[in-house]
Amino acid sequence: MSNNHGPDCYYQGKDLKKFGDITKHSPDLGKKFFDYYSAVFAPGALTEREKSLIALAVAHAVQCPYCIDAYTTDCIQKGCDEAQMMEAVHVTAAIRGGASLVHGVQMMNHAEKKLL
Amino acid sequence: MKPEEQLSKIQNVESFEAKVGAQLGGPLRATSITTLQVNVGKLCNQKCKHCHVDAGPDRTEIMERPTFEKLLKLAQSPQITTVDLTGGAPEMNPHFRWFVSELRALGKKVIVRCNLTILMVGRQNADLAQFFADHRIHVVSSLPYYEKSWTDRQRGEGVFDRSIQALKLLNSLGYGKSGTGLELDLVVNPPGAVLPATQGTLEPVYRESLKRNHSIEFSRLITITNMPISRFLEFLERSGNLESYLETLVNAYNPATLEKVMCRDLISVSWDGWLYDCDFNQMLELKVDPSVGATHLDQIESIEQLNRRPIVMRNHCYGCTAGSGSSCGGQLD
Repeated sequence: MSNNHGPDCYYQGKDLKKFGDITKHSPDLGKKFFDYYSAVFAPGALTEREKSLIALAVAHAVQCPYCIDAYTTDCIQKGCDEAQMMEAVHVTAAIRGGASLVHGVQMMNHAEKKLL
Repeated sequence: MKPEEQLSKIQNVESFEAKVGAQLGGPLRATSITTLQVNVGKLCNQKCKHCHVDAGPDRTEIMERPTFEKLLKLAQSPQITTVDLTGGAPEMNPHFRWFVSELRALGKKVIVRCNLTILMVGRQNADLAQFFADHRIHVVSSLPYYEKSWTDRQRGEGVFDRSIQALKLLNSLGYGKSGTGLELDLVVNPPGAVLPATQGTLEPVYRESLKRNHSIEFSRLITITNMPISRFLEFLERSGNLESYLETLVNAYNPATLEKVMCRDLISVSWDGWLYDCDFNQMLELKVDPSVGATHLDQIESIEQLNRRPIVMRNHCYGCTAGSGSSCGGQLD
């Protein structure tokens, strides 16, 4: 994460290293989460590389700065170049944009019902 | 940047030497030396952004014939099975072909760290690939990415296209093809301040892409960690990545890699005949431990002197022990 944020910014790059601290007040649930997290990203029906690109796309959908930094690094490490990462971000944009636009059908249905 | 300055820039982390010493109860020691790694000079037709040798067309350091002759004498030991030639571009040394021929006549396995583009440059190199095949040289070549983007960014404009031509030429001679015994390994180092992925992650992607797009085959893909020295260290500092990269290397320290680090069975020789534990120590001017009784080819009486020597370690060594480990032969587990 870039460090050009002021000290009062909610998001601090160095805080990503503290992610493991979420186990502090709920160790059992925290441990279950991290075990699950590790299992999710292990190679399975999808490769680690494919999962990393999916994570990058989802990181943009949920707009998590920590996740965007972490999975950009991870994707680079796994051999995904900028073109591949940008295509993943376009998948995010397409789904987000599409999710808005498809509600246009709802609008049109409702309008059709209301109008003479 | 001078070696002392480089070492000072990576000293603000837990001492590698102390960490390993505590783990082993003493220094890391070599086993039996089986590989002579010879850096025949810093002259190269490329100037890659990550090069730990700081090699390039403007470098004049180059091994001369008397030094090669001393190496041939040393290589006669049956203990030495492999001679690994690196540079610069080792093929640019005028004694390269003679030295390779002599080594093969001695029955030694010869590895050449070939940058690929040298095979496509100049009339004098027109038959170089055929020379490799005739002498059954094991070719190890950098191709940091299976597409132009990151390859040219790291190794220079046009390098990817010329590398692909060279790989096709090597394939046409049988290199990288199953059943020929002509080995062609591709080396991948990361495109920046990240650790390499595992070979298991990258190899299928490279194999599929190079086959589909260029009909290229290769034997093995090996990954190598970028060492925080020389040009890559300068990049880390310039880009503000130095602290986080060192932290990544230290946090990824894998004690199991110590069993297999390359310094344990290799000795590295510089263009001017000095002896080092590896090519990285060579660039940092960290000669072999003086307890060996010889730090130069002129002083060494037999290869056995180098067995069991304590390895000279500094913090750049974290690069070889991070994650799956790293060596000139790829990851260690």
